[in-house]
Amino acid sequence: MTLASPSDFEPQGLQPQGWLKYLSFSLDHKVIGLQYLVTGFVFYLIGGALAGVIRTELASPISDFVSRETYNEVLTLHGTVMIFLWIVPVVNGAFGNYLIPFYVGARDMAFPRLNAVAFWLIPPAGILLISSYFIAGGAAQSGWTAYPPLSLTTPALGQVIWILSVLLLGGSSIFGGINFIATIWKLRRPGLKMMQLPMYCWAMLGTSILVVLSTPVLAGTLILLSFDIIAHTGFFNPALGGNVVVYQHLFWFYSHPAVYIMVLPAFGLVSEILPIHARKPLFGYTTMVYSILGIVVLGLIVWAHHMFTSGTPPWMRLFFTIATSFIAVPTGIKFFNWLATLWGGKLALNSAMLFSCAFIVNFVFGGITGVALAQVPFDIHVHDTYFVVGHFHYIVYGGTVFIIFASVYHWYPKFTGRMLNEDLGRLHFLLTFIGFNLCFAPQHWLGLNGMPRRVAEYDPAFTTLNQVSSIGALLMAISTLPFLINVVWSAFRGEVAGDNPWNALTPEWLTTSPPPVENWPGEAPLVTHPYGYGIPEGQLDLKVTTGRELWTGGRR
Amino acid sequence: MTSLAPGSGPTDLQAESAPPSLPETVLDEAQRGETHADGHAAHPDLRLFGLATFLVADGMTFAGFFAAYLTFRAVNPLPEGSSYELELLLPTINTVLLVLSSVTFHRAGSNLRDGNGSGCRSWLLGTGVLGAAFLAGQMVEYFNLPFGLTDNLFASTFYALTGFHGLHVTLGVICILIVWAQARPGGRINQQDHFGLEAAELYWHFVDGIWVVLYGILYLL
Repeated sequence: MTLASPSDFEPQGLQPQGWLKYLSFSLDHKVIGLQYLVTGFVFYLIGGALAGVIRTELASPISDFVSRETYNEVLTLHGTVMIFLWIVPVVNGAFGNYLIPFYVGARDMAFPRLNAVAFWLIPPAGILLISSYFIAGGAAQSGWTAYPPLSLTTPALGQVIWILSVLLLGGSSIFGGINFIATIWKLRRPGLKMMQLPMYCWAMLGTSILVVLSTPVLAGTLILLSFDIIAHTGFFNPALGGNVVVYQHLFWFYSHPAVYIMVLPAFGLVSEILPIHARKPLFGYTTMVYSILGIVVLGLIVWAHHMFTSGTPPWMRLFFTIATSFIAVPTGIKFFNWLATLWGGKLALNSAMLFSCAFIVNFVFGGITGVALAQVPFDIHVHDTYFVVGHFHYIVYGGTVFIIFASVYHWYPKFTGRMLNEDLGRLHFLLTFIGFNLCFAPQHWLGLNGMPRRVAEYDPAFTTLNQVSSIGALLMAISTLPFLINVVWSAFRGEVAGDNPWNALTPEWLTTSPPPVENWPGEAPLVTHPYGYGIPEGQLDLKVTTGRELWTGGRR
Repeated sequence: MTSLAPGSGPTDLQAESAPPSLPETVLDEAQRGETHADGHAAHPDLRLFGLATFLVADGMTFAGFFAAYLTFRAVNPLPEGSSYELELLLPTINTVLLVLSSVTFHRAGSNLRDGNGSGCRSWLLGTGVLGAAFLAGQMVEYFNLPFGLTDNLFASTFYALTGFHGLHVTLGVICILIVWAQARPGGRINQQDHFGLEAAELYWHFVDGIWVVLYGILYLL
């Protein structure tokens, strides 16, 4: 079979080559994926610096490091940057763009131009958001939730810029979601069935469905909010006959699924990493798929559990408590499937694996506090306290960010053709893991004892644990250094990886590192068993597909 | 299905796991896909699929607005002297115009597929005129309403809903005019290649459908 040469394959012959292509409007999904990753990481450093300001302020009970207004701006920017400019773009955009075309056996995404547009919306939106800190009146001060009437009374310009920025990022997210749905559903290589796809494809399909269904609602809501600010309409302004609870409903209709938009892709990524480094098939593929779909459906109908103190009627509380608790079922299935994947495996405890295993620990802790928070009496007690802050950082940092790091260690050889340094990686892991738990575990106790979130001052009785938390934050900041040194140094001096350093079976490893522009030099491989590890050849029984037989079959 | 093949790739599939009839078809289709020199042209045209997905997202924006409006209406009393009642005649005529325009657009499409280019252009022009008439009607209604944007919650919601929909209609009319221009003899859109027309038609039906719902809950309810 004759092959398309790269220049024939690329629809645009005049694309810059070498490093410049990463600064260009490239249509190559691999370039776009890395653009997302690096851009996201820059915003992670900015958001991390903001977190540093917060923890420095909270190291003492009085407001002494920054002014109260600045503190409000900082916590608003921290939340917005971390969610919309770091986690969502990286865990969806970066790894999704890089991996999904490989996984479906395609040369690129379904809509390469839309893909590039989606990426290039992000830097201007981020710069817009950060720059609002420097304008008169300062950045938005109403938290990442921008609840009215607070968001109507804080300085208007910063709030409007915040809305504009989030709208741009939401648009980017929707374009990305459309692209992923079309790619996974419609662009599969002939002969590749849905139930043969690597798990990350299912995770991204579920995530993208959530993005497409819920993000537009946030966009519409923020447009109405901007009307309230600019044109003085009264949609969400009680003084003008409006209704703040409607804002909360619409906001959480997006922002609860946003939790799954941030964590489902991480579920997918960890499901790719664990089997390879445990040399075992992914346990319970089918249940994993249905769990993802279950989380998608349930994720859309639980939003009001964020509003138990907003005057929600009893029937609503009951419904949302039950529905939220039910999410623990599919999530638990996935959790046990990961444990079963590890069980009896030949574990390689490298950096990618360490971060992945830590993810399982952190995530189950954040998940348990999540189920606790779904219970109305408990939630009313800890609502808007540091317990909630601790809980969601265990999900988004202990869950997703740990997996982002694991994924960088795992796929860096594919991105660059060189390995990351393992010693630095383990140092990074150790510092991150200790720092993270030191930072966020005490916050549960603080919240249970009544320390409110989003306030620059607190009761001096909470000083010690806040200082412990701040030391943890400092460790997390320091932990970034070995990582940064590692990725930069290894790009030039790292050990040469070869095409497939992990002996993996998923399609992105069945090509060169880094891959050619058309992904595979020849025909796209048809990978129908992406997790077929650890079975001696000739001992296959392909009729054995489920449960215990599948599991023990691997070790017979 | 989860399964335990140690390797992967086409050879593996043929040797072990595939049902008897599969491998040949697979390779056949694969070859057909690969023989296109240009990788992007090799896959099926997904633009309509992408547009449909986008319209689902767009529909969710409207759904959010509708939900907000219905909740406001259920729980937020209006100030003295204002009400949710609206004049019905003009919006009803507008509804008829818009539904009619969906029919004319459909006729334009079927004319083109039958190879009748000039018929297609006439029906398109008719659709565009109907859309423009709808917008004119909307304007007349706006200027004759007894309330302004910030008068009360209902007024604000009314303008937000109809205005957001009106933007969609305006965009639709522009698209119709572009398609009309492209459907001229020798233009981009012809019997074989009519993605632009199909996309505009899908979008137009969507905008009409949204209007019917909007008319129901805003004017009739």
